[in-house]
Amino acid sequence: MISWFTALPYGWAYFIASILDILVIALPVMLAVAMIIYADRKIWAAMALRRGPNVVGPFGLLQSFADGLKVFLQETIIPTAANRTLFLIAPVITFTVALIAWAVIPFSSFSVLANINVGLLYILAASSLGVYGVILAGWASNSKYPFYSAIRAAAQMVSYEVAIGFVLISVVLWAGSFNMQTIVLAQKGEVLGLINANGFNPLLFPMAVVFLISSMAETSRTPFDLTEAESELVAGYQTEYSSMSFALYWLGEYANVILMCALNATLFWGGWLPPLDLPFLYHIPGTTIGLGLFWILFKMAVFFFIFSWVKATLPRYRYDQLMRLGWKIFLPLSLLFVFLVSGWLMLTRFHPIGA
Amino acid sequence: MIQTIAFYLFAIMVVLSAGLVITARNPVHSVLWLILAFFNAAGLMLLVGAEFIAMLLVIVYVGAVAVLFLFVVMMLDIDFSELRGGFVRYLPFGVAVALVLLCEIVIAGGAWEAGPVELAGRTALAPDPAAIPNIQALGTLLYTRYLFVFEGAGLVLLVAMIGAIVLTHRARGGVRQQNVRRQNIRRPQDATRNTNPPVGQGVEL
Repeated sequence: MISWFTALPYGWAYFIASILDILVIALPVMLAVAMIIYADRKIWAAMALRRGPNVVGPFGLLQSFADGLKVFLQETIIPTAANRTLFLIAPVITFTVALIAWAVIPFSSFSVLANINVGLLYILAASSLGVYGVILAGWASNSKYPFYSAIRAAAQMVSYEVAIGFVLISVVLWAGSFNMQTIVLAQKGEVLGLINANGFNPLLFPMAVVFLISSMAETSRTPFDLTEAESELVAGYQTEYSSMSFALYWLGEYANVILMCALNATLFWGGWLPPLDLPFLYHIPGTTIGLGLFWILFKMAVFFFIFSWVKATLPRYRYDQLMRLGWKIFLPLSLLFVFLVSGWLMLTRFHPIGA
Repeated sequence: MIQTIAFYLFAIMVVLSAGLVITARNPVHSVLWLILAFFNAAGLMLLVGAEFIAMLLVIVYVGAVAVLFLFVVMMLDIDFSELRGGFVRYLPFGVAVALVLLCEIVIAGGAWEAGPVELAGRTALAPDPAAIPNIQALGTLLYTRYLFVFEGAGLVLLVAMIGAIVLTHRARGGVRQQNVRRQNIRRPQDATRNTNPPVGQGVEL
C-alpha cells in the first residue's frame, strides 16, 4: 500500500507528508476548539450555579456541533456599505493565523511539524498578524461600533505584544535558544534537579505570571475583552458578520486561546516533560510508549481551566486601567527581569568567545 | 523544483503588490498591498536561508509599522481630488528619485559582474549558514566587531523616540490627574458613613 509513496521523488514525498502532518495537527485542533467551547460554557455555568449546555447529546457534549450546524445553515449577509472583498477576507485571515502558529509547538520529543531555529520568533510573528483580521473586519464593515472595536483591539494587542516580547526574551536567554524543542528540554530538572518547569524558578516566576495575564489580553479574553464589550459596542468588530464568516472568528478566537494555553505550558511549565523529573513519568511503565502528548494536553487543560475561571469571576477592565497595566506595570517589570536574568546569566554562565 | 516555483511565486507577488501599492485608488488598499509585499519579501528571505531576517521583517514591519500605517490611513480624512492635484507638482521630484534608484541598481549590477569587493576580513566573517544558526552568526558579528556601530544606532533611535515625545508632549495646567495609588488604598469606610437621622430633621451634608 505504501509502495506508491516510497516510489515518489523525495521532494514530492516530503510535500505530501507535510500536508498530512498539517492535517494531523489542524483537525484535532478544530475538534479541540469545539470541545473547549463546550468545556468553557460548562465551567462558566458551574461557577454561576447553572447547568450549562445539557440538551444536545449525552451531557450536552454535541452542543458545539449543533451550534456549528446552525451557523452553517444561516444566510451570509454582506452589508451593502461594506467593502466586499476585505469584509470576506478578514475572517479568513483571523482563522488562518490562528492555525499557522501550531506548526512549531512541540507535542513530544519527536512530534513537532517544523522544528525550526527561530520557533519562538515565528510564533511572535504569527500572533502579530492576528491583529489584521480584527482591524480589517472593523474597517471593512463600514460601521461605527465595529470600527471602534477594531481600534481598541489593535491598540490592546500591540501594547501587550511589547510586554510579551520582553517575557519571551528572558525565556530565550535562559534556555539559550529560540528553538521550541530546546526550550522545553532546557527545563528538564530546572528546579533542584527535580521539577521540570521554568515557572518555579524565582527569576522566571514573575515572567510566567506576566505572560499568563498578557496572553489573556492578547486573546481578548475577560477581563480584557474590551473589544467585545457588548454594553458599549454591540458585539465588537464582528457585529456585521453572520453565518460562516462569524463562525470563522469564533473558531479562530478559541484556537488562539488554546494556542496561548500551549505556549504557557511550553515556555514556563515544562511543555511535554512530566512535572517531575522521575523516569517512570516519561513512559507508561514497562513499555516505550511516551507520555509527552499526555503531559502537554494535561497542562493545556489546566491553563484553559484558569482562563475559564478568570472569565467566570472577574469583571471587565476599564480602558485606561488596561493601558496602564500594559505600559506602566508589565513593560517596566518585564524589562527589569530581562536585566536580572541576563545579569544572572553573565555571572553564572558567561563564556567569552574563543576562551 | 519546489524552491524554484516558490521563488518565482514570491518574486512575482512582491513586484505585483509593490506596483499595486502605488496604483490602488484607496489608500487603505495601498497599505494592504504593502503588507503583502513585505510578507512575500520575507518569503524570499526564507528561501535564501536568512530565517532570522525574515521573521524580523514580519514582526517589525508587518506586525508593528504597517499597523501604524493602517491606523493613520484609516483615521485620515483624505480628499482624493486634492491628492491627484499634487501629481504634476511632485512629478519632477519623483522622477529624480526613480532615476537615482535606477542608477544604483545598474551600478550594483555592474559591481556584481565585476566580482566581489574584498573588504577587510570579509571572508573570515561570512559563516556557513548550514553550520551556524542565523541568530548566532548575526549576534557574534553585531556584539563583537560592530558593537559600537550597533549601540550607536540604538542610541540614535532612543534620541529620536525621546525627541518625538518632547515635541508632542503638552503639559496642560488645570487637569485633575488620576492618582491610582490613592484610588487603590481607598476603602468604603473612608468614603461612606452610616447615619440614622431622626424624622423631620433632614440629612447633614
